Amino acid sequence: MPSVTSILETMDYGTAPESATHVKEWLAAHPKGFGHFIGGKFVHSKAPHLEVFNPATGAKLATIANGSAEDVNAAVSAASKAFTSWSKLSGHQRAKHLYAIARHIQKRERFLAVLETMDNGKTIRESRDIDIPLVARHFYHHAGWAELRDTEFTGFSPLGVCGQIIPWNFPLLMLAWKIAPALAAGNTVVLKPAEFTPLTALAFAEICTEAGLPDGVVNIITGDGNTGSALVAHKSVAKIAFTGSTDVGRIIRKQTAGSAKKLSLELGGKSPFIVFDDADLDGAVEGVVDSVWFNQGQVCCAGTRLLIQESIHDKFIAKLKRRMETLRVGDPLDKSNDMGPLVDPVQVARVKGLVSQGVEEGGEYFSSPCMLPELGNFFAPGLFTDVGTASTVMREEIFGPVISAMSFRTPEEAAMLANHTAYGLAASIWSENINVALEAAARVKAGVVWINSTNLFDAAAGFGGYKESGFGREGGREGMFEYLQADWLHKLPVAKSRPTKLLATSDATSPASSDIDRTAKLYIGGKQVRPDSGYSYAVKTPKDKLAGLAGLGSRKDIRNAVEAALKASAWSTATAHNRAQVLYFLGENLSARKLEFQARLIELGATPSAAKREVETGLHRIFFYAAWADKYDGRIHSTNAKRQTTLAFNEPFGVMGLICPDEAPLLAMLSLALPALAMGNTIVVIPSQSQPLLATDFYQLLDTSDVPAGAFNIVTGPQGELAKVLAEHDEVASIWFHGDAKGSAMVEAASAGNLKSTWVNNAKCFDWYAAEAQGVEWLRRATQVKNIWIPYGE
Amino acid sequence: MLETKIYHQSGVKRNTGVSLDASWFDQHQVNTSAAERRAASLTARRSVKKEYQAAFLVKALQCMDLTTLAGDDTQGRVQRLCAKARRPLRDDIVKGLGLSSTPHVGAVCVYPTMVAHAVKALKGSSIPVASVATGFPAGLTPLSMRLAEIKYAVEQGAQEIDIVIFRSQVLRGEWAALYDEISAMRQACGPAHMKAILATGDLKTLRNVYKASMVVMQAGADFIKTSTGKEDVNATLPVSLTMLRAARDYGERTGFEIGFKPAGGLKTAKDAMNWLILMKEEMGRRWLEPDLFRIGASSLLADIERQLEYHLTGRYAALSHHSVA
Repeated sequence: MPSVTSILETMDYGTAPESATHVKEWLAAHPKGFGHFIGGKFVHSKAPHLEVFNPATGAKLATIANGSAEDVNAAVSAASKAFTSWSKLSGHQRAKHLYAIARHIQKRERFLAVLETMDNGKTIRESRDIDIPLVARHFYHHAGWAELRDTEFTGFSPLGVCGQIIPWNFPLLMLAWKIAPALAAGNTVVLKPAEFTPLTALAFAEICTEAGLPDGVVNIITGDGNTGSALVAHKSVAKIAFTGSTDVGRIIRKQTAGSAKKLSLELGGKSPFIVFDDADLDGAVEGVVDSVWFNQGQVCCAGTRLLIQESIHDKFIAKLKRRMETLRVGDPLDKSNDMGPLVDPVQVARVKGLVSQGVEEGGEYFSSPCMLPELGNFFAPGLFTDVGTASTVMREEIFGPVISAMSFRTPEEAAMLANHTAYGLAASIWSENINVALEAAARVKAGVVWINSTNLFDAAAGFGGYKESGFGREGGREGMFEYLQADWLHKLPVAKSRPTKLLATSDATSPASSDIDRTAKLYIGGKQVRPDSGYSYAVKTPKDKLAGLAGLGSRKDIRNAVEAALKASAWSTATAHNRAQVLYFLGENLSARKLEFQARLIELGATPSAAKREVETGLHRIFFYAAWADKYDGRIHSTNAKRQTTLAFNEPFGVMGLICPDEAPLLAMLSLALPALAMGNTIVVIPSQSQPLLATDFYQLLDTSDVPAGAFNIVTGPQGELAKVLAEHDEVASIWFHGDAKGSAMVEAASAGNLKSTWVNNAKCFDWYAAEAQGVEWLRRATQVKNIWIPYGE
Repeated sequence: MLETKIYHQSGVKRNTGVSLDASWFDQHQVNTSAAERRAASLTARRSVKKEYQAAFLVKALQCMDLTTLAGDDTQGRVQRLCAKARRPLRDDIVKGLGLSSTPHVGAVCVYPTMVAHAVKALKGSSIPVASVATGFPAGLTPLSMRLAEIKYAVEQGAQEIDIVIFRSQVLRGEWAALYDEISAMRQACGPAHMKAILATGDLKTLRNVYKASMVVMQAGADFIKTSTGKEDVNATLPVSLTMLRAARDYGERTGFEIGFKPAGGLKTAKDAMNWLILMKEEMGRRWLEPDLFRIGASSLLADIERQLEYHLTGRYAALSHHSVA
């Protein structure tokens, strides 16, 4: 230790290491390694083991089990068994358990912080001040949801066993985000922590025992990707919640396709960090620090695309570089370090590789001049300038402490660049002008937007992404829905399978009626258009008479329809009142032509009374959603900070694909189309293959009801083929499918391309006349929640 | 980079001021929430322990303007304070810390009528006497009288003058008037260094704090100082952060190094540590010397002494075991 006199010269900070004594004792008490936590007990696995290392030193910390399919099966069985009693507990009883967990976490907060730091490499400041307090907060908040579930989520029930797979960047926090809502809703869980960072999950297992949680409610199974895959594949798992890379998210989406498992994915990001010329530049520089040099940049929502208004670009970069000089990287247990090591050597190699690529592609790279320890997976904070949207480092998620900067000229261009990414997790917006800031927040396509701030988290607000950052939300009311199912959906009967008829493109059947030949066309971009194929197909009455010809749509027609739907964004930005007016007008026009639609239904086999009922119910449905158009309000979340508001907006997805069932051809189409339209989506409808004429009759109403061109597009033809093109289309953000089991599986698997949100019927048969065939649940599914955090105060 | 140079009082090239230029500050934005977050995380990002902590506390002591500014100040009270300023630490603590000589505080700060007593009491030491002036603390006496007060204090032997600004000029955005007054005060100070007290508790917004900082620097202030100690809210970390950023911006434009003095509200050793960390992080090592950093305080010293004793003995110390200022 240098003398006080010499320190008075250098004024160095010295070292301030947090003691690891308690954690070392705990690790030493498990000399044979850790087993899985199944049914309330630690169970040693026969499977081969994995070793866990301290990323700061490379030293081995522990040995864990690499879970086999058998181990997974045992854990799922334990969870299934526990579900029977756990799901029957009252909300109040479950609340007491969650409250006890929260208290126990607080009692062991420092132990957990130190263990997290040793396992993951994040600095003790972060684990102590951010991760662990948020963990406790998440359990407290969800103890509340447990208490309130029965009254706040009437008509919803827990799912059963939830399989949860979490990443290594926030090990215990991601565990809390997964387990707390699952338990609050009444589910039991099997959770697999990341193989790099399983230790706090195992400590949490001990806490569950300490806190008196019933056996089997929480099961922790350790292992690598194969263990996770076995969990995803398990037939008794009702839901998979995954946080991790977009690539693995795609694999899970495909793996679960058609399984009827509920799925939520919280995936990668390359979030924009936008600095306008009227921002507090010093404040924004600190924002960058908290955004990309938080947790070594291993943060899915890190603002790694720095967009700076051109007029302040150089000034801002100079300030940022200056700030980078004072960042301290080193022993994460040292309370004076800003950054620790990356989680694993493989991550260092990845970051280095991407940085080299960025330099090769012509990027200017500035690396913080900080000292790095010789041992451990350390990497200095880095900044790329002179890069554009074509640069790899501007596109690819680096998942390390590197940010890439470019300039923009106008707010318009900022929004364009911000959205120029496959991802849509978060955005940080810096401006002191409320108009500039809120407009940018509205335009950016991301699930979480922070104004003049970054990386704010709280249990009361939902977190989750748009686009290829996944779907589903964690936290708040919106997050609870991920662990509940609507009872009516659960109880639906399975439809009888129908043979799919081949479409006849030439048919000599005589027409059923009509004096004048009417040609049903496709309806794309507000125009009746002929199918690209140049073919039509015969639509038959039950008596095998020709009811008419419908256009034989093909992939090109879907392409055109999606293109038209994209261009119709004015529908999304129209006022809700305006959308309601258009829907009412549509109802008015349907009412005027009731008899015509009834006649068509009768012609196609409905009894007169059934036809009347279908049209009347359809009319009712139009009024219902016109009524809701301006009433499905967002929320203001009570997030845990003073002088801050968190606004949860219900936003449309954008372009939605709707595949209609055969039954109730008019009513079912309206039931799918109206909630989507009411919320501001533009839609591409694939009507029932056998009964497309109700849809094609309907476009005349669209023409006369001020529905803007492109908002409602109709493509008739081979449903399966067309649905596949829609499900694969990267500009379609959400798809609802009604058809057979195979089709449901196909849509879910094909949706993995851009990770669009899906709602498939899994061959179940909806009762389109039931009360549940319309309602808020439909609006919820037609929207995604954007949380905008606005700290305020002067 | 380690800077091992020893800094002396005379090490800083005096700020001559520049012409008033509102473009340096009138569009400047300060986001209060962001400043608060930075201030809160800054002190959580650094931890200084053991010998390092002791050294930091000694540094705080060396940067301290030991102050008495009360209506009942007397010659005797000022003499006592000066004695404490000369020997702020007990000999056993000095020895225990391994210091070659007894450190002394940065200055003694008093009212103008007490300057002569302080000068006398500090004779032979190198400790300068600082005087508040210009109608401290409200600063609402006529300008001619405020300038006369400065001259009086300088004549009495004050080497540093802590002036207060006319808050109305900030609240009303009368930058030229503020600039002219401060320039005149700087002139009146002559060789004495001028610390401009912004009374940030009255200015309320961080935007005002930034603007006022920039105007007084343009007008030639050697130091910018947060508070008189008499406002409802005195030195806070977000306010200090804002002033330091202004000083940094001014330094980048002009090359002048501006000193900073938080005052009022720094009562504990922990407070002193927080401000030292703030200075080091935002301004760098250079700003941890008394020619660029002062802490205006009266009760702080006692807590620093106790902490240093604890550092040496491992036992918690009693106030009564240390001399009274």
